[in-house]
Amino acid sequence: MNTKFKFMKYRKIAGIISITLFIISVGFLFFRGLSLGLDFSGGTLIEVSYETPISLEEVRSSLESNGYADSQVVNFGTNLDVLIKVADQSGNSSVGEDIFNILSNQEIPIELKRVEFVGPQVGDELRDQGGLGMLIALFMILIYVAFRFQYKFALGAVTALGHDVVIILGLFSIFSWDFDLTVLAALLAVIGYSLNDTIVVSDRIRENFRTERVLEPIDMVDLSLNQTLGRTIVTSLTTLLVLFALFIFGGELIRGFSLALIIGVLIGTYSSIYVVANMLMSLTLTQEDLAVPEPEGADFDGMP
Amino acid sequence: MPQLIKVNKFSIYQYLIIFIVLAVGSFYALPNLYPTQPSIQVAYTDTAKSADQALMVELEEILDNSDTVYEDMFLRENKIVIKFNDVDTQLSSKTVLQNALLDKVIIALFLEPSTPQWLKDMGANPVKLGLDLSGGVHFLLEVDIDTAQQGRLELLLDTYRKSFAEDRIKFNESYIKDLVLFFEFSDKDSYNKALKKYRDESLGISGVQYVITERPSSNQLLLEYSDIALREIRDYAVGQNLITLRNRVNELGVSEPVVQRQGANRIVVQLPGVQDPTAAKKIIGKTANLEFRMEANARTSPLRKEEFNFKENDFQTAYLEKAVIVSGDRVTNASTGFDESGFAQVNITLDMQGGRAMQKATSGNIGRRLGVLFVEQKTKSELVTNSLGESVIEQTTYIEKNIISLATVQAVLGTSFRITGVGTPAEASELALLLRAGALAAPMKFVEERTVGPSLGKENIELGMKSILIGFALVVLFMAVYYKVFGIAANISLIINLVLITGIMSLLGASLTLPGMAGIVLTVGMAVDANVLIFSRIREELKEKDPQTAIRDGFSRAFVTIFDANVTTLIAALILYIIGTGPVKGFAITLSIGIVTSMFTAIMCTRAIVNLVYGNKNIKVLPI
Repeated sequence: MNTKFKFMKYRKIAGIISITLFIISVGFLFFRGLSLGLDFSGGTLIEVSYETPISLEEVRSSLESNGYADSQVVNFGTNLDVLIKVADQSGNSSVGEDIFNILSNQEIPIELKRVEFVGPQVGDELRDQGGLGMLIALFMILIYVAFRFQYKFALGAVTALGHDVVIILGLFSIFSWDFDLTVLAALLAVIGYSLNDTIVVSDRIRENFRTERVLEPIDMVDLSLNQTLGRTIVTSLTTLLVLFALFIFGGELIRGFSLALIIGVLIGTYSSIYVVANMLMSLTLTQEDLAVPEPEGADFDGMP
Repeated sequence: MPQLIKVNKFSIYQYLIIFIVLAVGSFYALPNLYPTQPSIQVAYTDTAKSADQALMVELEEILDNSDTVYEDMFLRENKIVIKFNDVDTQLSSKTVLQNALLDKVIIALFLEPSTPQWLKDMGANPVKLGLDLSGGVHFLLEVDIDTAQQGRLELLLDTYRKSFAEDRIKFNESYIKDLVLFFEFSDKDSYNKALKKYRDESLGISGVQYVITERPSSNQLLLEYSDIALREIRDYAVGQNLITLRNRVNELGVSEPVVQRQGANRIVVQLPGVQDPTAAKKIIGKTANLEFRMEANARTSPLRKEEFNFKENDFQTAYLEKAVIVSGDRVTNASTGFDESGFAQVNITLDMQGGRAMQKATSGNIGRRLGVLFVEQKTKSELVTNSLGESVIEQTTYIEKNIISLATVQAVLGTSFRITGVGTPAEASELALLLRAGALAAPMKFVEERTVGPSLGKENIELGMKSILIGFALVVLFMAVYYKVFGIAANISLIINLVLITGIMSLLGASLTLPGMAGIVLTVGMAVDANVLIFSRIREELKEKDPQTAIRDGFSRAFVTIFDANVTTLIAALILYIIGTGPVKGFAITLSIGIVTSMFTAIMCTRAIVNLVYGNKNIKVLPI
């Protein structure tokens, strides 16, 4: 690919868009929060499969008459599968059995697909652990990138990751999608993926800063982005191909997971161009920053 | 243009490395190609008995009489495994056998991998399936450490009250509040003596046991367990409960149960294939129990005594009094040791209340015998005919009590005493185990439960496989069209990558979960990234260089980038592994393995193929 896009010409607009999206996401997260899945909220979830379709109203009323008034009843995938969620009842672990028995007494035969019970303290712990893990991951990556590249790149990379994660979380908050452990896993995978992209771009910027000594920094960044554009598009494409396969064929259980990843890949690709490069421009990356080639740096000759 | 001498040729060693990795990877991936076979596993209900030839003959007879065709029957460990050709026969045979043998045996359904013996001998087994794929029950239980601690403190309070009384240390008040032992002494002298005593006794084997808070102005001393002591109490309680749970889980007859400690005070129980969580919960949550009772003597009225069998010997019986002195929940510890003459003995520790009751009961009864009863909740199955005329198994629960020890009381007993004359050291430790198993060291509660029905498990496998295949096909197609010969080289690497992931998963014994399958799909999408990087680099280099140099430089220049990118992704994956549980851990595992294998295949394997095709040849145009 021999493109000559002036990416950095639009860096101010991109910056404004990113900041706006970021602020909106933070706002939603702050005021509305995430609709936490069972893993984090605690409670009981039960999925049953009916032999013939049943109206959700019927399920609801039979649960209500048995003392489960505040349960959520939804279809899951097909109209034969029904998912029932009950908020935590002070750690009562037999709610699942109870509900299954109530539903078994209805006319239409049912089959139990799954029961999940998460006690309140486990939910809290998973949430704390998840948040902590995310922070540790970001911090370790910051150190690694600072060590391998330079602190300005590290700041750029971590800003990009934070940007991606917060906007994905924001979307989950805006659309009230369920945020559970698999989505958290997806977020960490997004960190990995987005970083992949960021490093490829940074690597090329570093290389060009060292070898091409004539261009202005802004042209240098544009050149690097254009050089890596082909790869960026192809990789995003192959990854999106498999993710759509997962989204469409992978079933209801990992739909949230694949959705988070699809959004993540799109935003990650965008951020590796506009957030990282933008940060480097704003931090005024100079040739002196990269002037001394590290011994283990640019060339790994002799490696296959 | 520079002269080309031997560019892009791998040395024999490089090929050898690739070959060895491939061979080992494929070898361990091989067992996954063999289908699983519906099988059942039969074990004696009495865990002390192991399945033998006699049981096998009995099973053969029953199956032959009902004209059931089975493929193979053999003894493994202390169970008998029977393999069938289809699921229907498996299910019907289970019913036939259970109806014929009732409570004599525990029968479990499972899928036996048909891995040939020579593969198994080399440690090659198929990938284990996580609960979300195999169906089954997952429980997370939390051990209530506070209660265990409270029990210990009560014991301590009792001990100190006694020892202060003996040493004439006077105190006004003594109690336990919020896990702190409180003493208020009458005078300074007593206060100082007590403080010295505390300090002297505070040093345990592993370090300082107590944290002492001194309030000299009001003659008060506060005592708390130190962190070291707390850890010991916790480890003991969790370890004890683990043993108890393992025994109980064995009763369920699950083929591959997992009972493991998780974190400081939790225990994970995983029962693949179990479809009835309620029944499983009942058995796991039940309390086998112990009762200490006096042996009835000639003066005991017939109304106040009961006859019991000995656990070890069905024909020997003894009469015990009906009154229970102490029950198992008062036992805080039981261990084995040796008495003065070198015979095995069992040391028992009771909590404060238990000790007091024991003291009262034994004080007038030296010379009589004290019996220990093991109380078990059991189920009895009966073949009954229901209203439809079918014969079905009806289960009733009942309580069985057996004597595990009957020993002469030598002195007045308190919180700690010993039982001597318990036979060999092995028998003594068996008795200690029973005593401990009788009571949970600390109460437990269910904090997490996940049940996956068998149909959902099967559905998940199908969905996962389908997404892997479709995602894989799409990527392969794209790469072949876009990069031509190089694309095909990358595709071969991708296939090798999948084989290696499977091989490593099998070798590590890691469980495959649905998110794990998603991890593989994601790896497929991301693994080509390394090759895409290399190929686009080669394309760039081609603008200024000849094909051979472009290939060489493309590979070496892209390496740094690939390395950095993958290390950072690996960091994220490892953190996910550490914080994740169950299915998410599965995702982290496949992702981590996928990153490592894809680095190897994308760099080494693709290069090898490219070298084989183009290496050391005079090429003018490189189709890429």
